[in-house]
Amino acid sequence: MYECTRRSFMKGGALALVALGSLPRFLVRAADAGGSSPRPKILIAIFQRGAVDGLSMVVPHAEPAYYAARSSIALTRPAAGTSGTLIDLDGRFGLHPSLGSLKPLWDAQRLAVVHACGSPEASRSHFDAQDYMESGTPGVKSTVDGWLSRAIGAMPEPTTSPFRAVAMGPRLPRILRGEAGALALNSLADFELKAGALPRADMIDVRHGFESMYEEGVHDLLYGTGRETFEAVRMLKTASPQRIAPAHDAQYPRGRFGESLKQIAQLIKADVGLQVAFADVAGWDTHVAQGNERGQLAARFREFADGLAALDRDLGDRMQDVVVLTMSEFGRTVKENGGRGTDHGHATAMLVLGGSVRGGRVLGRWPGLERENLFEGRDLAVTTDFRDLFSEVAVRHLGVPPVAPLFPGFTIAPARYPGALA
Amino acid sequence: MGGRRGGFSTLALVSGLAACSPVAVPPPPAPVASAPSTTPAASTPAARPTREAVPAASPLTEDQRILHVLNRLGYGPRPGDLERVKRMGLAAYIERQLDPGSIPDSTTDQALAEYRTLTLSAAVLVHEYPRLPPEVQRKSASGEMSPRDVAEAYPPERRAYRILTEMQAAKLTRAVLSERQLEEVMVDFWLNHFNVFAHKGPIVWMLPSYERDAIRPHALGRFRDLVAATARHPAMLFYLDNWTNVRRDTMIMQGPNRGRMGGLNENYARELMELHTLGVDGGYSQEDVIEVARCFTGWSIDRPQQGGGFVFRPRAHDRDAKRVLGNVVPAGGGEQDGMRVIDLLARQPSTARFVSTKLVRRFVSDDPPRALVDRAAATFLQSDGDIRAVLVTIFLSDEFFSAQAYHAKIKTPLEAVASATRAVGARVAPSPSPTGALSGGAISLARQVAKLGEPLYESQPPTGYPDRAEAWVNTGALLGRMNFALALAQNRLSGVRVDLGPAVATADRSQPEQVLDRLIAATLNGEVSAQTRAILMAQLESPEITRVRDYDSVPRSTDVEKLAALVLGSPEFQRR
Repeated sequence: MYECTRRSFMKGGALALVALGSLPRFLVRAADAGGSSPRPKILIAIFQRGAVDGLSMVVPHAEPAYYAARSSIALTRPAAGTSGTLIDLDGRFGLHPSLGSLKPLWDAQRLAVVHACGSPEASRSHFDAQDYMESGTPGVKSTVDGWLSRAIGAMPEPTTSPFRAVAMGPRLPRILRGEAGALALNSLADFELKAGALPRADMIDVRHGFESMYEEGVHDLLYGTGRETFEAVRMLKTASPQRIAPAHDAQYPRGRFGESLKQIAQLIKADVGLQVAFADVAGWDTHVAQGNERGQLAARFREFADGLAALDRDLGDRMQDVVVLTMSEFGRTVKENGGRGTDHGHATAMLVLGGSVRGGRVLGRWPGLERENLFEGRDLAVTTDFRDLFSEVAVRHLGVPPVAPLFPGFTIAPARYPGALA
Repeated sequence: MGGRRGGFSTLALVSGLAACSPVAVPPPPAPVASAPSTTPAASTPAARPTREAVPAASPLTEDQRILHVLNRLGYGPRPGDLERVKRMGLAAYIERQLDPGSIPDSTTDQALAEYRTLTLSAAVLVHEYPRLPPEVQRKSASGEMSPRDVAEAYPPERRAYRILTEMQAAKLTRAVLSERQLEEVMVDFWLNHFNVFAHKGPIVWMLPSYERDAIRPHALGRFRDLVAATARHPAMLFYLDNWTNVRRDTMIMQGPNRGRMGGLNENYARELMELHTLGVDGGYSQEDVIEVARCFTGWSIDRPQQGGGFVFRPRAHDRDAKRVLGNVVPAGGGEQDGMRVIDLLARQPSTARFVSTKLVRRFVSDDPPRALVDRAAATFLQSDGDIRAVLVTIFLSDEFFSAQAYHAKIKTPLEAVASATRAVGARVAPSPSPTGALSGGAISLARQVAKLGEPLYESQPPTGYPDRAEAWVNTGALLGRMNFALALAQNRLSGVRVDLGPAVATADRSQPEQVLDRLIAATLNGEVSAQTRAILMAQLESPEITRVRDYDSVPRSTDVEKLAALVLGSPEFQRR
């Protein structure tokens, strides 16, 4: 009955919503579907900005070269019966002890690791490498949109919700910029117009005034953004996701990352039509005093893992429809540097978590750490192009057709998928 | 610092035009022979026969040109600024802005006197403004020490975070109050270019000195001096880890790694080339990164946790020859290796282009016109990196005063907050007790900047905050701007007082339309789209709000507040 596309709806403008009696669009849709529409598949992408040391995250503890290269920051081989040491996964690799809260997910075969994953491009610039990983076009800077935005555009049954794609934080990341449109928000609680002491009638005027001013001018950066804002504000007011408490005693770590994940879970549980969520977490650029079982990096891992574990616990059965994909722009040097840290390297490890994940396995071909196996003689080589992993998630989880132009200049080939999803 | 070696003086050049106006405006130094042939008009003196320092062919009106300059060289006009600049002449205004030392600024100085930490050295700050020791943090968390015990032992007004708060408040104070607007814009520009992060290790104690001693003195000076000053400053040495960068197999004698063997740390070397000088495509390789890192071995900090300064450690320095961008750095150069690298990098054509592109983006357009970048880069090379000369090239260009550039930039969070505060002539009150609890108008404003997504001095990655609007324009941020406009107009920001009475005083109160027009004139020079004006008019026509109040005698007027919020939150006001 309201069979208009999201685009044409947006062009119709937020005021159309007022004409419908302020009924949020997702409710209209739900009513049409008789409440029986299947829950959407959801992807949560997490960017570890600053280049995480994949060799400390998922440690190749069977490699003598690993211990030879890292005299002070290597993690001691796992020993049975001791706690606080490396957690063995498969006799070859081990989880950093601060990632312990992920071990049950590994054991339940809901967590997979793709190791030696990264970009075919050799850049060791944070900025460029992040840009390439977000645009999905390594080596090409002129790409205007992000690959997640293209993935949303190629999904077979996108929801029309303004919350279809959400990035937690003050800025819309490159990965979600593009035609499909996405929201950036810092906190659900702040996502409204604050009336202050203005009488209610005046506040309604102000709201209408702002809406009308930002209504027109489709091609303008400001106007296009403004219109989406009001639809989202109205919808959020009705759905009130911020009132949904974490379930199953899930404890999110304190700080921005935990807050981001908690709010993503709230949006999912409020059924506002979320399909792609994005969060980032910084602090991985460990050039100095990286630490081993304890220290700087250990603290970052704890927050990271506890956040993911809390999200999984909080969402419970909903994890059947959710995949969490982690990424980082590159890895770090195999050899530790002069300051007990590591410099910019090449491949790293990425995690895939969810109900449909073929977990409990370290995927990807392991290139080895002997000098002759290293990229440019110093870094872990890339054996899985990040686009092979990302396209597997987009195709198998989000239902993006494999012929979609998800990564310009790159052909999606199921034969090259690392095999993270059924 | 340093004498002008370029054989010309930018200032003499501009003052020349101001002194004998109305006459032809001399252009910036003519670009070198490789200047593009598409811009002949800009490189001949006779091409600027206007008494203003702008091209004759500017499609903008005189008022628009003045507003454009106030919006680009500074944080937007205050009430009365347009007339002031008109009386002074635009050329004279630009000339004065290029020579900030010539502008009296005692009001700002008085307001800044409130922020004691700005004037102190890192060594003093470390001792007088400590962080809570871990043991106190533990006792506080466990309840062993009550908040009162903690506050008594470590008074809040003498803790490290106060330094950052004062820096942020000072930045807003200067942006809103200072007469030296261009200097403040350039200090902000360079701080972002040579970004450091306040929350990494001991940097917070080094921050006042970093801005005061490394950035500010060179903000309109020579680019090479800026690179050298930041390279040697402990804040940068710590932020990009060069203080740990030592010759391979050096026994480390001090600090946390004492007794073990050190080695290279590439972090500073890479960012120096990628972000500070050449740009990522500026033609350097991983091999260059390593060689530059070798040159900077031994450049360190004398006890960073104690607020110490730069120190060169000869034993940690790699004494062998290096090769940087094809140039040999001979063996045995010691501390001078690093200075040689800085001299080399600061003068590369790639650097001229990279820095010019960023400047043109800041002052003209998110998509810098290529021809203008070419000319600015030519000036950069010819003037040996004289920042003032590069700015003159930009400010006197056709592109700067083009119709495409007018209102083309979308304000950053800092610009949005500072310009709104200035536009309504808000009073920014000092903290009621400068030595006690932190409060005051400038702090409220700084918090608003943080809410809009760019907390000052708190950008973690070395790139600083993005310089293109698409990075900061989004739903959440836009809503934040509307909320800021509402809070400002309703006087809800602590220590910030807006009195819209004068702006609307002369309006006939029986004619609400006049009130609106006064507001639009005061904040947007009357330049709103027909649509926006119609929407604001509709507000006046709705029955609830045609109440007419006595604006002068009643301190609050919801009608005026509401309209002001809408105007300051309008799409038009987000542009500059």
